[in-house]
Amino acid sequence: MALYDSVLALIGNTPLVEVSTLSPNPAVRIVAKLEGQNPGGSVKDRIALKMVEQAEKDGLLVPGSVLIEPSSGNTGIGLALVCRVKGYRLKIVMPENVSPERRQTLEAWGVDEIVSSPGSEGSNGAVRVAQRLAAEHPEWAFLYQYGNAANPRAHYEGTGPEIWRDCPEVTHFVAGLGTSGTLLGVGTYLKEKNPDIKVWAVEPPSGEMVDGLRNLDDGYIPPIFEDQHGADLLDFKTIVGPRESIEWTRRLRDVGIFAGISSGAAVAGAAKCASRIDEGVVAVVLADGGWKYLSTGAWTDPLDEVVERAKRTIYF
Amino acid sequence: MSVEVRLPTLLRPHVGGQSVVTADGATVGEVLSDLVARFPGLQGQLVTEAGDLHRFVNVYVNDDDVRYMDKLDTKVGEGDTVSILPAVAGGA
Repeated sequence: MALYDSVLALIGNTPLVEVSTLSPNPAVRIVAKLEGQNPGGSVKDRIALKMVEQAEKDGLLVPGSVLIEPSSGNTGIGLALVCRVKGYRLKIVMPENVSPERRQTLEAWGVDEIVSSPGSEGSNGAVRVAQRLAAEHPEWAFLYQYGNAANPRAHYEGTGPEIWRDCPEVTHFVAGLGTSGTLLGVGTYLKEKNPDIKVWAVEPPSGEMVDGLRNLDDGYIPPIFEDQHGADLLDFKTIVGPRESIEWTRRLRDVGIFAGISSGAAVAGAAKCASRIDEGVVAVVLADGGWKYLSTGAWTDPLDEVVERAKRTIYF
Repeated sequence: MSVEVRLPTLLRPHVGGQSVVTADGATVGEVLSDLVARFPGLQGQLVTEAGDLHRFVNVYVNDDDVRYMDKLDTKVGEGDTVSILPAVAGGA
C-alpha cells in the first residue's frame, strides 16, 4: 500500500476476482471487477472524476461553479464526492422511483438540490428535465454523462487496461448498459488488444418504467453510443429481468460478494454467456455494493415480494 | 409458426389494448409483418419504409436483442416470445 495524496487518487484500480464457482459451464471461468470498492461506492466515480477533470481543462469550471446532472443515483453520488473535494456545487435530477438510500446518500454528501423527475418516465424523464434546466441556466455546467466522451474514455483509459493487465486471457466482456460508457470504453480497448474478444450488454426490462412515454419518437439512444458506433461494437445484448437479477445478487454472497442488484443482472448475463460458449474467460463488471439496496429487502424478503417491488424501482 | 408477441404500453392502443398478441412467421420480420397486417395502426411504427427496424424500437426473441443477432431475419420457433420495447435511457 502507498500513501495517497487525495481520496480522488483512490478511484479506479479496483480488484478483479475469480468467481468461477458461479459459472454454469466448467470450461468457462468468470472473473468479476468489484467497482463497489471505489471510494464513492460505484463504477461511476470513474466517470465523475474524468468528466470533471475534462471540464476543468476545457475551462468550463471555476471555483464555486454549479453543475447539473441527471442520474438515477451512482453518477450523482460520484459527482457529489468529486465536487465536494474540489469545491463545486451540484444539482442532481433523479427519477422519484429509486431506492431511498440513493437519495439519502446524495443528501449525506450535501448536494445543493435534488430535483425529482416522474418515475413513469424512468431515466428518460431525468434526462429531459436536466436538459430543460440546463437550457434555462446557461451559467450552470452540464456534463451530460450520456453525451460526454470523457465517460467512455474513463473506461478506455482505466477499467479496460486494468482488466487486460489482470486477466489477458479474457475472451468475453459483460457489463450493464446504462449510458453505455463502460461497454464502449472497455469494449473498444479490449478489442484493440484482441479483436476476438466479444462484448455482451445486459439491460433491465424497461417495463413499467416507460409507461410515461407517449410515442416512440420520445425514445432515446445515448449520443455517446451513436457517436462511437456502439451498435457495431456490441456483439450481443440481452435483457435480464428482476427475478433473475435478484437471484444472482443473492448467489453472489456465496463467493463473498455483497453487491447491488444491477450486479446480479450482470452476473446473470455472464452466466448466460458462459452457458452458450464452449470455453473461455468472462470478465463482468459489478457496478456497486449492496449497501444502497438494503431497504429493498433483496436478500431477506420473500423473492416474489422483492421482484414485484423491483419492477417499480430503478435499480440500474 | 405462431409466436407470442409482447407490446409496450404505448403501442397497445393499436392492438385493442392488449399487452400480448399472437402472430405468425418463421422470422422476426415475418412476425412483425403479420402483426402490421392484422393491426394496421402499427404501420410505420416498427419497421421503416426502407425495411429496417425503427430507430427507437428494440425487438427481443426470448430476451435477446435481434439487432445483435440476424436482425429481422432472426428465426423464431414454436414457444418463442417476441418482445417489443422502446429504446430509452438506462439508469446511470
